[in-house]
Amino acid sequence: MRFSGFRVIKEAFTGHKGWGPLWRDPAPKPEYDFVIIGGGGHGLATAYYLAKTFGRSRVAVLEKGWLGSGNIGRNTTIIRSNYLLPGNEPFYEFSMKLWENLEQETNFNSMVSQRGIINLIHTDAQRDAYRRRGNAMILAGADAELLSPDELRKKVPFLNYDNARFPIKGGLLQKRAGTARHDGVAWGYARGADTHGVDIIQNCEVTGMRIKSGKILGVETTRGYIAAGKVGVAVAGNSSRVMHMAGMRLPIESHVLQAFVSEGLKPVIPGVITFGAGHFYVSQSDKGGLVFGGDIDGYNSYAQRGNLPVVEDVLEGGMALMPMIGRARLLRSWGGIMDMSMDGSPIIDRTSIDGLYFNGGWCYGGFKATPASGYAFAHLLATDRSHETARAYRFDRFARGYPIDEKGVGAQPNLH
Amino acid sequence: MLIPHPLLGLRDAQEFTYLGDASLLNRPDAASGDASNAFNDYVFLRDNPAGLHRELWYHEQGDRSWLIVTRNTVTHEVLGAELARDYILKAELPA
Repeated sequence: MRFSGFRVIKEAFTGHKGWGPLWRDPAPKPEYDFVIIGGGGHGLATAYYLAKTFGRSRVAVLEKGWLGSGNIGRNTTIIRSNYLLPGNEPFYEFSMKLWENLEQETNFNSMVSQRGIINLIHTDAQRDAYRRRGNAMILAGADAELLSPDELRKKVPFLNYDNARFPIKGGLLQKRAGTARHDGVAWGYARGADTHGVDIIQNCEVTGMRIKSGKILGVETTRGYIAAGKVGVAVAGNSSRVMHMAGMRLPIESHVLQAFVSEGLKPVIPGVITFGAGHFYVSQSDKGGLVFGGDIDGYNSYAQRGNLPVVEDVLEGGMALMPMIGRARLLRSWGGIMDMSMDGSPIIDRTSIDGLYFNGGWCYGGFKATPASGYAFAHLLATDRSHETARAYRFDRFARGYPIDEKGVGAQPNLH
Repeated sequence: MLIPHPLLGLRDAQEFTYLGDASLLNRPDAASGDASNAFNDYVFLRDNPAGLHRELWYHEQGDRSWLIVTRNTVTHEVLGAELARDYILKAELPA
């Protein structure tokens, strides 16, 4: 089923009786060439590119709950490519380019809105750091602009510029960054994958892996054994639990990150704004809610909910940055489980087990990476070679001494 | 979360700094032949269990002791805490 303006008008006149389900609900077959574990954004994008771009058939996606029930539905919907390091920036810029064409690619309204992101500068040292970051972005083909305080005041006049402790001295702007409708991304990829023959199997939890002589034969699930030529794991948040079934320990801890949304307001915030003196970022959804978040809670957690001290910390950051936020009522808050890796960067790689592939460690940056992560993982599954933008995302980078540590804090996951 | 400090009673988790899995106390032997691999595993790999987790918390805003806290990572329930020093002393006693 394809969407078009003509179709919407036709359905409006015929009582909307012509719309059908967007994807099938197949029973699992006994055997597939490719089994993707995880029916979230990354898993569905992987299946989509594997079937469409790389032309592979006999592909299944296994999801323990319902489609898109994990972090693809729990994030703050920001897309951007404003990274510093050479291992990261080309990958995220590749993702940004895929975002820019996503709606044409999937014929689904993912509401990709390039409303820009501004990282605020509060000190001279921070300006130097952001100038360097902006130049690194431009070198990788992305866009970046350093804004003076006057330019910034014209764009976002409501910030607390003359805060005695954290005065705002400028900002780094990426105009092509913005937001997207997170569920729409999962649904667009799901429908696209289904159209290309991928079986999306929901309520099918993987409970074990059948491995013989260092090669994976298939997976045990709550809906029976499924044989597989290759198995790709894309279950960020639960990576350690799933890979434990294959006897692997990962350079990952699971942590909880909270997010918040206010009541719906008239348009006040033009793009995404990040506070440079604390950890606080905010944007406004198309429904009008202010969507914001901050730090992870900082201790291992699989609970999908956080504690009050971090709520207070995030809201204090919001008040320091834009005091007007104190007039808005908080509508709800929630938590999601992050794969926090040892250097703050992800892993897309083969494993020591033949036929078993891993995609995870996204920390709290997985949403923006969804298209490129899917593309690169599909590339790896189809060709057994890393995609050119994802070559640095190897398991062995820690042992070899090549971590990709944007913040430079070392192997301490709760600090990334 | 409240942490039952063995000396100070229930303390707010905000007074503590979190380090991670208590297995970080078991530093590998640097003189062993396989030290390079052992240290790679020690520094970078974690069990990361869903459920009971023994972990190191530092009472930075308090008496600056290191605690081993047993906590459920699925419910955030804190089940107990002991001084890391006591644990080390016990481990060093002859069996």
